[in-house]
Amino acid sequence: MTDGAGARPRPRRAPARLLWLTGRELGSVALTFLGLLLVTFFIGRVVPIDPVLAAVGDRAPAEVYQRVKVELGLDLPLYRQFWLYLVKVLHGDFGKSVLTANLVLADIRRVFPATLELATVATILGVLTGIPLGVVAAARRGRGLDHVVRVVSLLGYSVPVFWLGLVGLLVLYARLGWVAGPGRLDVAFDDVVAPVTGVILIDAALRGEWEVFRSAFQHVILPASILGYFSMAYLCRMTRSFMLSELRHEYVTTARVKGMTERRVVWRHALGNVLVPLITVVALSYANLLEGSVLTETVFAWPGLGQYITSSLLNADMNAVLGGTIVVGAIFIGLNVLSDLLYRVVDPRAR
Amino acid sequence: MRKLVTLFAAVLVAAAGIAQAATPKDTVVMAKQIDDIISLDPAESFEFSGSEVVGNMYERLIDYDLKDVSKLKGQLAESWSVAADGKTYTFKMRKGIKFASGNPVTAQDAAYSLQRAVIMNKTPGFILTQFGLGKENAKEKIRAPDEQTLVVETGEQVAPTFFYYCLTAVIGGIVDMKTVQAHEKDGDFGNEWLKTNSAGSGPFKLVSWKANDSYVLERNDNYHGTKALARRVVVRHVAEPASQRLLLEKGDVDIARNLTKDQLDALRGNPSIELQEAPKGSILYIAMNQKNPNLAKPAVREALKWLVDYDGIEKNILRGTFVVHQAFLPKGFLGALEDRPYKFDIERAKELLTKAGLPNGFSVTMDVQNISPYTDIAQAVQASFAKAGIKLELIPGDGKQVITKYRARNHDMILLSWGPDYQDPHSNAETFAMNVDNTDQTKSKTLAWRNSWDIPEMTKQTAAAVKEPDAKKREQMYRALQKEHQKISPFIIMFQEIEVAAYPKTVSGFVMGPSFENDLYAGIQK
Repeated sequence: MTDGAGARPRPRRAPARLLWLTGRELGSVALTFLGLLLVTFFIGRVVPIDPVLAAVGDRAPAEVYQRVKVELGLDLPLYRQFWLYLVKVLHGDFGKSVLTANLVLADIRRVFPATLELATVATILGVLTGIPLGVVAAARRGRGLDHVVRVVSLLGYSVPVFWLGLVGLLVLYARLGWVAGPGRLDVAFDDVVAPVTGVILIDAALRGEWEVFRSAFQHVILPASILGYFSMAYLCRMTRSFMLSELRHEYVTTARVKGMTERRVVWRHALGNVLVPLITVVALSYANLLEGSVLTETVFAWPGLGQYITSSLLNADMNAVLGGTIVVGAIFIGLNVLSDLLYRVVDPRAR
Repeated sequence: MRKLVTLFAAVLVAAAGIAQAATPKDTVVMAKQIDDIISLDPAESFEFSGSEVVGNMYERLIDYDLKDVSKLKGQLAESWSVAADGKTYTFKMRKGIKFASGNPVTAQDAAYSLQRAVIMNKTPGFILTQFGLGKENAKEKIRAPDEQTLVVETGEQVAPTFFYYCLTAVIGGIVDMKTVQAHEKDGDFGNEWLKTNSAGSGPFKLVSWKANDSYVLERNDNYHGTKALARRVVVRHVAEPASQRLLLEKGDVDIARNLTKDQLDALRGNPSIELQEAPKGSILYIAMNQKNPNLAKPAVREALKWLVDYDGIEKNILRGTFVVHQAFLPKGFLGALEDRPYKFDIERAKELLTKAGLPNGFSVTMDVQNISPYTDIAQAVQASFAKAGIKLELIPGDGKQVITKYRARNHDMILLSWGPDYQDPHSNAETFAMNVDNTDQTKSKTLAWRNSWDIPEMTKQTAAAVKEPDAKKREQMYRALQKEHQKISPFIIMFQEIEVAAYPKTVSGFVMGPSFENDLYAGIQK
């Protein structure tokens, strides 16, 4: 996709205005967060699960149950509970997870890099395959290759990820031994590299531990390919439809009439113009992956954000759920802001 | 673009075809579902997976013989006795035992450990506080007059075996007082620190526990018994049983712990894999809320017990993970009844329903956790109930949601499992056969209470059994109690859990006892 961008004059220098948000934008971000917290908080309180049970288990005697209920502040009216929570969050205190006995922030710092690693590799794979395939399919609309691409991406849309993960493991790991199995690392490499970023690929590379890097890569490649396949399918379909409508424009005809090669018309002119909507699509698909994919994480024993939030939710561990939700919300908002900034870079009209 | 694709392909090829690193020789790697662990402090840990970890790191004063639970043996105590008053227990500590830290194990450590468990009174605290111990009297009733002697005074006289078996529970684990006190914060008895650290005298010590991810144990070289054969034990959380099986067959883990029926069936044909089965205390049952007027009829309760296809469910849904069991004490407990009075008999059930004035059956709901095998069992029960005209509507829910509803007594029927809290018959007898106060304000929300089953007579008998000093007589009382319970109770007790571990034939020495804290790693070698 960098090819496409090269066709248009590069922005000389991004004006300073691009880099900071206006007060109005900041206000809307804050409002979005508040709404997000409010909704999650109240959903968490109306689900028919007793949060005290998560803390004390089913067997606790009545006195212990009552004491913990008070300790957790669950005897207060709902609006008071929310207010107290909000005040704490504004002080950077997300509370403790009942399930893991850790601070929610510490937990998220531990599980999020795992998801980040998986989602980033998956998105890279998805972008590198999905966009070119979409362009090719659009350029050869109705011909053999187009049909192949469409079927492949349709499969990516409709096959359950859980199933694909297990089959992938069975064939590529158990039968062929091309990739490593569930988990993020071979046990032999556990704790060899002290976490800096928490993303093992980066940490290992920083330390020059290439054996560890290799093990991490072998572990991440299969789940990332599977998630990447889904993101490829999505990007491919979107690219194809953007390109189809772009190729109908008159400037494309003009370019062809001027004798420009078909390759240049498609890859430079047309693709260059669909980059803006594509950025949104890529950002959305990346954000979706960053939420954590519960099923993939389960099959691949990947201790990521998806498993964390889900198991917290099922155990009414509300501090963890709210903390996780804020992170996911921040990711969505952050990526939205980022793609807005990127528009201004790619599209001269938006500057 | 083309360059990128080439580079990407090259990386893929480089990654492919590389031999797997086998697990290191001195490290045992297990795949297990460990997301239930909340704390590794023996005074707080009360989950299955947590009990297992604590059981490998801490020792108790006394323990039972894993092969014959009725025999008690000393662990940190060399002898124990009860005074003539039936309330004052004296334990003599063994000499020369050290904690992993190198500190000697003394009676003071034992007193401190039991005191903190009583005073903190976390979830499992009742196992000790039920003996009349509490915050106010813990330091006076639990005391160490000298290095070697521990004295515990209970509130009222109970069967001594009852007290001893309670001390074999995880909460009886003895912690290293000096180490724990060094980590005390705001009078928390070091609880915060002990959640994720260890200070015991068992064969292993904790290296790390990452919630929902893994825990790592290391051999304790100060252990007084036979030292653990493996230097490290790494247990990884692998939620999906199918993934566990793949890891096992590929040799990336040495032991897989949560295989389900289908995977076990497949592995039975694999000559290089060994399956070890151990009956555990969990019991699978259906309960009938007595607030429902139909279920309150004795003939209906009995009819439904004849309407479960016990053998069919075991064979088709549970094989290798549960066995048919119909009494509230699981096999492996003092006094457990192994009779099987009920089988699938539609005619008999229909007669009983006619007798109850419901010849055409009735409609009723059943709550069930939406996970395997519960949902499958519920559907099988639904089908067999239908044969006698009973329309069973299933309400699937998440585990915590189902239990919340159960505790509020808002269900009709419910399908659940129950695991005993400690290895004494009173644990299950109390919950299945005692209901001191059937009002909503009661403090004792036993399973009998949760089903509004008001049983003053049986409650008295259960209370008498726990006070019976003669162990033989006590056993007889529990047998009689279970017989009566089988006849009249609103519980259809169906199955007892079997825990299965799968490992290659080259692995040996993994001990699986009747309780989760008896799943011992020390002898594992490969």
